[in-house]
Amino acid sequence: MATWKKLIVPIAITPILLLLAYGFKTNPRQVPSPLVGNSAPPFALSSFDGGTTGLEQLRGTAIVLNFWASWCFPACFEEAPALEAAWRAYKDRGVMVIGVDIQDREADAKAFIERFKLSFPNGPDPQGRMSIDYGVYGVPETFFINREGKIHYKHVGALTKQMLQGKIEEML
Amino acid sequence: MISTLGRFTLALALGIAIYGAIVSILGARRRKPALIESGRGAVFAVFGLATFAVLLMEAALVGRDFSIQYVARNGSLGTPLLYTVIAMWGALEGSILLWIWILALMSLLAVVMEGKRNREAIPYATAVLLSISAFFLFLAAFPANPFTAIFPPPADGRGPNPLLQNHPLMAIHPPCLYAGYVGWSVPYAFAMAALMTGRLGEEWIRTVRRWSIVAWGFLTVGVILGGWWSYEVLGWGGYWAWDPVENASLLPWLTGTAFLHSIMIQERRKMLKVWNLALIITTFALTIFGTFLTRSGILSSVHAFSESTIGPLFLAFIGVILLVSFGFLAYRSDGLKAEGDLDSLVSRETAFLMNNLLLLGFAFAVFLGTLFPLISEAVRGVKVSVGEPFFNKVNVPIGLVLIFLMAIGPLIAWRRASLESLRRNFSLPLLLAFLGTGVSSILGVRGLYPLLAFSLAMFAAATVIQEFARGVRARRQISGEGYLTALSNLTRRSRRRYGGLIVHLGVVLVVIGITASTVFRLEKEVSLKRGESMHLGRYQVRFDDLTAWQEAHRFVVQGTFTVLNANRQVAEMRPAKRFYPSEQQPIGTVDVRSTPREDLYLILSSFTQDGASATLKVLIRPLVMWIWIGGAVMALGALVAIWPDRRVLAAEPVKERVAWQPGRS
Repeated sequence: MATWKKLIVPIAITPILLLLAYGFKTNPRQVPSPLVGNSAPPFALSSFDGGTTGLEQLRGTAIVLNFWASWCFPACFEEAPALEAAWRAYKDRGVMVIGVDIQDREADAKAFIERFKLSFPNGPDPQGRMSIDYGVYGVPETFFINREGKIHYKHVGALTKQMLQGKIEEML
Repeated sequence: MISTLGRFTLALALGIAIYGAIVSILGARRRKPALIESGRGAVFAVFGLATFAVLLMEAALVGRDFSIQYVARNGSLGTPLLYTVIAMWGALEGSILLWIWILALMSLLAVVMEGKRNREAIPYATAVLLSISAFFLFLAAFPANPFTAIFPPPADGRGPNPLLQNHPLMAIHPPCLYAGYVGWSVPYAFAMAALMTGRLGEEWIRTVRRWSIVAWGFLTVGVILGGWWSYEVLGWGGYWAWDPVENASLLPWLTGTAFLHSIMIQERRKMLKVWNLALIITTFALTIFGTFLTRSGILSSVHAFSESTIGPLFLAFIGVILLVSFGFLAYRSDGLKAEGDLDSLVSRETAFLMNNLLLLGFAFAVFLGTLFPLISEAVRGVKVSVGEPFFNKVNVPIGLVLIFLMAIGPLIAWRRASLESLRRNFSLPLLLAFLGTGVSSILGVRGLYPLLAFSLAMFAAATVIQEFARGVRARRQISGEGYLTALSNLTRRSRRRYGGLIVHLGVVLVVIGITASTVFRLEKEVSLKRGESMHLGRYQVRFDDLTAWQEAHRFVVQGTFTVLNANRQVAEMRPAKRFYPSEQQPIGTVDVRSTPREDLYLILSSFTQDGASATLKVLIRPLVMWIWIGGAVMALGALVAIWPDRRVLAAEPVKERVAWQPGRS
């Protein structure tokens, strides 16, 4: 066999191995949301305490839109106090925190709100319409919508106080 | 206690595997039978120790010994016994243990069964098999040790991943798939032995033929059971999503199928020697690649195990396998000249060659599609995902041509087919295929590919049945046997040939099932209030009730739906959603009503919190059941092909058996 023929195999194999090695550096779970930078899908939410809210009414307000469920332990349980704290700190500065409860039972959801003494509007997503519009994979997921109604950032997983503060400040 | 014993067992097995590999090679090189014998002993010892380790793991799982990290993570007090036992292959460390055990078992069987016939090759094959074992034992002894202890032990464990405790198919899908993967180690080992010893004739092919069919059979069953599991558990109504890990199991199946066909050409015509070696090396490397993909976390997949550090080790192992194996192949390439030549374009050789090229093309497309997201990210920094459209567009036409070749391959003559033989073999099937096309078109099949799929399936089925019918008729005329006796004697006389034909019939069933369930698929998603109904196909589905309850580890919301067909109640179905505290998403439990004609598939998509209305997705997928039946037929065919032949064994205990009985094929 000619020398060049013997080299074919290493030449063919090496790039594949390098490519696979490169794969270790990437995180396949990090999926960029196509919504980031685009207008947030409109929504209307009837909250558990009877009020209603929606994207249209909130023009000019920065929104933290959080998707959660009472059965989502521990992530939703971890971030609930941080969300409440952020709401208290920023509600007078033109920031709205909204919770969307998905795939849940009403009694459990209300118990969850009671447990963490959540005072920002929380409502169910009865037919899963909002979750679909926002392309929610699982809970918790949080969308930061800026004053122009565009999605500024999407976060998957539990939020921390620092990160909430940082992202809210970016939008103000 | 179990932890210490388990870690010691694995470390000891690792030491013995390395020792055995070295002495086998030394024994063969220096012609010292005692060393070879010692290497053989190592295979027995590794199997004994692996069995012991598996039993220890099961004892820990069933005994709920939460001082072992693996048990604490994958077992719990509330998990039923079946799912506790099979939790051994529910996560990374345990699955490697299962892998080791299956590999040890196959190595043992290979050494025992081939020991007498292949005295020269066996020490080398032993060394290769023990080296592969050593790699996996190294993983299990160090970075992915299933016996790692935790202190203090928790009071209760976390329990297996909810998706893995939802369906009993989990008990058999992974072991079958692993046996299919691991099984290719044996043919690979004998191929490497042939390269190392320089005995590059057809002996190694005769040795590995049966082993390859075993591996292929398990892989086939594993892949199809995986599709079935996905269909019953994942709740999207499909059985194949071109997910990276599904693709990874298909890749060795494709190259392995190519190998099973191309070795026939080498047996008959002494051609394709380098090709066959390259194919078996590739197939084996792809089995390791499949495990690598599942366990390295480089691609996103429903199957991905928790991320771990063993990815780079696997990659290094794949690199070593490829470089060493192809290095040997290049070194020996001068001794691998083809002795035969292609005589005619219309011959079985050509059909098989085409089949090989297409199977490899298919495999390449799947490989490329699977790795493309990685390529794109590496080269352009853009994340993309390659979905069904790409795979279907490329692979459906290739698949259709393969079915055509599958129909003609077994019937066309070696070397050169005469016009007369073509007419005799194919005129009736061709006529039936045309009739079939007409009938399917009247039944409402539209589009080129679906029509082609049905008519080619008909064509292939007709060739197989015609072949059996002719054989039976000939036997009846000569010996006056009854139909069934003639059929069974015919099959027994030439198991490989008729086993292969049965496999082809299974493929036809799978193709028909896939085509019908894709083309005639109906689906509808509606929100229903209690008492309301919806219509789809022949069925009326009425929403009766929604109930919810708390179970030990989850809470369950279940809908009750009455299914009517022409105002007659045919079933009550209960799709549900299960909410696990540890999961980000609820797990849907679908309810499927399967009949040979069609499946009715109910998914509870969502519901209002007061239970007054529910959103239901209803799918009708015709002939899905025939995919699973086709898989069983393929497995049966493989079994027929490998079934030991007592008559021949008794008659020629030592002499090599011939591949094909002259004049038969």
